Amino acid sequence: MSVDLNTLKTPGPTITALTKPFWDAAAEGRLTIQHCEDRGKAIFYPRPICPHCWSKRLVWKDASGRGRLKSFSEVHKPGHAGWLPVAPYVVGLVELVEGPTMLSFILAGTRPLQIGDMLRLAPTAIGGRVLPAFKPVEPGAEEKPQ
Amino acid sequence: MSRPKGAIVGIGELKPQRLTSGVRTLEVIAEVSRLAVLDAGLDPAAIDGLLVGPQVGETPQHVPATIAEYLGLAPTMANVVDLGGASGAGMVWRAAAAIEAGMCETVLCVLANNREETPPRSPNRNPIREFDVPFGASGANISYALLMQAHMAAYGSTARDFALIAAAARANAQLNPDAIFFGKPADVEAVLASPIIASPLHLLEIVMPVAGGEAVVVTSVERARSLRKPPVHLLGAGEKVTHRAVSQAPSLTSGPLKSAMARAFQQSGTRADEMDLLSLYDCYTIMVATTIEDAGLCAPGQFGAWLNDHDLSHKGDKPLNTHGGQLGFGQPDLAGGMTHVVEAVRQLRGEAGERQIGKAGLALVTGNGATMSEATALVLGAA
Repeated sequence: MSVDLNTLKTPGPTITALTKPFWDAAAEGRLTIQHCEDRGKAIFYPRPICPHCWSKRLVWKDASGRGRLKSFSEVHKPGHAGWLPVAPYVVGLVELVEGPTMLSFILAGTRPLQIGDMLRLAPTAIGGRVLPAFKPVEPGAEEKPQ
Repeated sequence: MSRPKGAIVGIGELKPQRLTSGVRTLEVIAEVSRLAVLDAGLDPAAIDGLLVGPQVGETPQHVPATIAEYLGLAPTMANVVDLGGASGAGMVWRAAAAIEAGMCETVLCVLANNREETPPRSPNRNPIREFDVPFGASGANISYALLMQAHMAAYGSTARDFALIAAAARANAQLNPDAIFFGKPADVEAVLASPIIASPLHLLEIVMPVAGGEAVVVTSVERARSLRKPPVHLLGAGEKVTHRAVSQAPSLTSGPLKSAMARAFQQSGTRADEMDLLSLYDCYTIMVATTIEDAGLCAPGQFGAWLNDHDLSHKGDKPLNTHGGQLGFGQPDLAGGMTHVVEAVRQLRGEAGERQIGKAGLALVTGNGATMSEATALVLGAA
């Protein structure tokens, strides 16, 4: 990509006190998500209660950063003008190995993307902040321990 | 067949326009409301229920009061229905329920919009704004592209399968002089040749946003008998709301309309294959594909074969969106969903003119909002 993603004038997150740990971790290149200690499930996005059982026993845990591509789209006409300089770019639905699905920016790999591709966290500076983007795991690549 | 739950006795529709300049939404609401109440043959004073939609950028709150005042109404039941493209269908069921509960007797359901060169952006501060928008996913096109890509990967459905839906909508729009694409047919090749907006979605698989308005008047089955137009009965309905952001969707290949339609069929004692008209919400081709499958008209993944096996025109064996659908008519914002109600009423009354279907006893109407997440289904029947 010829344009530096970090120079884009794209809308950033609207952070609250509750969601701040997610974005603080993102700035450090980590992906942290809540786990419900009653339900034993990871949840995304952050909430004050577990959406499965309404328990308040939620704790932050760093995720493995591994996931599977559930769907993707190459965006030729962005919904926000800030993205125009890098169009077409790819967004995808990432099913984290911990369970929940998040939407993210998908960096190009060496092969065309396919649904089902394994992905790994690829913290990327976009629009002046580091976001938890993802990139495809290249075939044959050794999964390094986190 | 079950006892009808209410009756639609008046309809109003405005010819869509690409742009309105310096026009308030309230003015459009007034124009289309007048048409629906005139069609019902009622005095405006007979309207004692009012259901309206959100008015982004114009009236953030106190919406029913603002509209009641503007129209000179004093309803005993007034509310906002905020179900995106399912709002129109959702209003009809709510109107019938409010009448049954004794809140009112005759309800005006109205959705309308102006359209300026730069429409106001909704000032979201919710999770979709925080967790989707910063990654480059703004607007509905990307969400439905993700749903379409997932369907293609799961079932091997092709771009051509989806293009059939857009081409059929354009073909039907050629019999609707009010449609934005009247006089502008587009065949499968034209759909496939149109630019990719967000892969795999082509431009011609996306509705064109327009200004417009739609309104219906709902009253009790008893009251409907004495009015001037043949009533159209609400025989059954179903609704389900599951998520907002596509990342949170329980499934990418089946939506909440599945259970909403099942409930509507069960409540009305009808089956999907008995419908004389399919008036299916069509913001994008993928929405129609999923709805055909979720209705049980064919097996999951088989919509393409189903389309090839049926004639979707008014003369065909499975008339689908005879007004052109929103893909052919244009999408007047939230009112787009109500075009499917209004066309069903026209057909069931036998008032559809040169696009009148043959047997017009039962119609399935679907509404869909957000990212295949807000769903309402109605089964309507000729009285």
